[in-house]
Amino acid sequence: MPSVLEVSGLTIEFGGLRVIDDLSFTVDDGECLAIIGPSGSGKTVLFRALIGSVPYQGAIRWAPEARIGYVPQKLDIERDLPLTGADLLRAKAHVRRVPPTDVPRALQMVNLGSDVTSRPIGTLSGGQFQRLLLACAFLGRPSVLLFDEPTAGVDERGEDMLYETIHRMQVEQQLTLLLISHELSLVYRYATKVLCLGRGRAWLGAPTEVLTPRRLEELYGGPMTYHFHR
Amino acid sequence: MTADLPAVALSVAMAIAAGLVGCFAVMRRMTLASDAISHVALPGIAIALLLHVQPFVGGLVALLLGTLLIWVVESRTRMATETVIGVVFSGALAVGAMFTRGEELIEALFGGAGALPGWELALGLVGAAGVVVFVLGARHQLVLALVSPDLARSAGVRVERLSLLYLLAFSFTVALGLRYLGVLLMGSLIIIPAATAKHATRSLGSMLAVAVAVAVSSTLVGTALARALQRETGPVIITVAAGVFFLALLRRRPR
Repeated sequence: MPSVLEVSGLTIEFGGLRVIDDLSFTVDDGECLAIIGPSGSGKTVLFRALIGSVPYQGAIRWAPEARIGYVPQKLDIERDLPLTGADLLRAKAHVRRVPPTDVPRALQMVNLGSDVTSRPIGTLSGGQFQRLLLACAFLGRPSVLLFDEPTAGVDERGEDMLYETIHRMQVEQQLTLLLISHELSLVYRYATKVLCLGRGRAWLGAPTEVLTPRRLEELYGGPMTYHFHR
Repeated sequence: MTADLPAVALSVAMAIAAGLVGCFAVMRRMTLASDAISHVALPGIAIALLLHVQPFVGGLVALLLGTLLIWVVESRTRMATETVIGVVFSGALAVGAMFTRGEELIEALFGGAGALPGWELALGLVGAAGVVVFVLGARHQLVLALVSPDLARSAGVRVERLSLLYLLAFSFTVALGLRYLGVLLMGSLIIIPAATAKHATRSLGSMLAVAVAVAVSSTLVGTALARALQRETGPVIITVAAGVFFLALLRRRPR
């Protein structure tokens, strides 16, 4: 299977503090890589390096044909910002030079109606806003989706729906998925590979190999429990 | 004084640019910063007066240099932009005020339309058109960068470059208004109409349209009122704009 992403010897420092230290991994076409780890372990920084937002040492190589869609971590949007969901989608479509007809298609994929996109983005619920960002990411028909905590600020029902949507998209569009998540049960269910970051170390492997109680205790510094969503 | 067409045309062009630029300033939460940025024009005007050069040129050069400074600070250091703006730009106002005197100082601070040379009219109209074309053309990139710089970057927007171009458009707009509104009031014509539009609208297109409408009508009504009341134009324009803002506050936000 060809790899979509190759990271080797990646080191990221902020103000003298080494957040990521000599990290290497690859992501193959069609894989779902989940990145887990306690707060401050460098998950979001890793994503930001992958999209070229922060300086780093080492190498990040995307396959030349990779088209990246990025869904950022929960954004703090002012309630009275006069920007509607439609404004945001139009902006993304214009910047990515995709035909306007792609917008309804992206909305359909995430199950959002025009009643939602005509509202200012600051007034949407957590789940609606995440769906909007997901639709935004689908514009331009990405081959790789980067997802930073897709369900932060979303209730449990919305969370399941969102993961269902992401998973369905992954299968239908044959996407490669990279996601940061705290929801270990969902990671267990959907990820084909897990990257654990924490305490200056990294572990990579299949969920059953990496997500052992001992490893999680080591990683999070205490016993972890997680329940399965059914 | 009779209304002369070139001066009215230039003030309307300035108001259109101010309304558009202001929308993104307000959405980017640069309200205070934009007021302070305009202060940096004063030392430029002072130097221009000392050297017997057109004040507009001195103000414009100082504004462009100030903009580059803000951009470097924003993109290269971790210092809070607000802090730098607070220190550098208030300092610039103090230094500029030290070297400008009497009538000239009042004119530089609050505006006062002297004779309008042909080249200034032409530069002003072309510059205003440039600002309008830039803001309308780059509005989609500006929206993405505003919602999330990372999202914009992942879509291929060069966020730092966009930010520099925006700040340059902003400075040029301030320079356009120095003649009518002066160093102290021009920032207000950029911010007040946009703030009014932000309160009164809920989508980008309507915000841009309302901001331009408020800026242009405040400028025209303010100019006419100032003439009728025999007052300085700048303060009357800003008083009208502020009046419109408070009237808009009385109305509930659309849902």
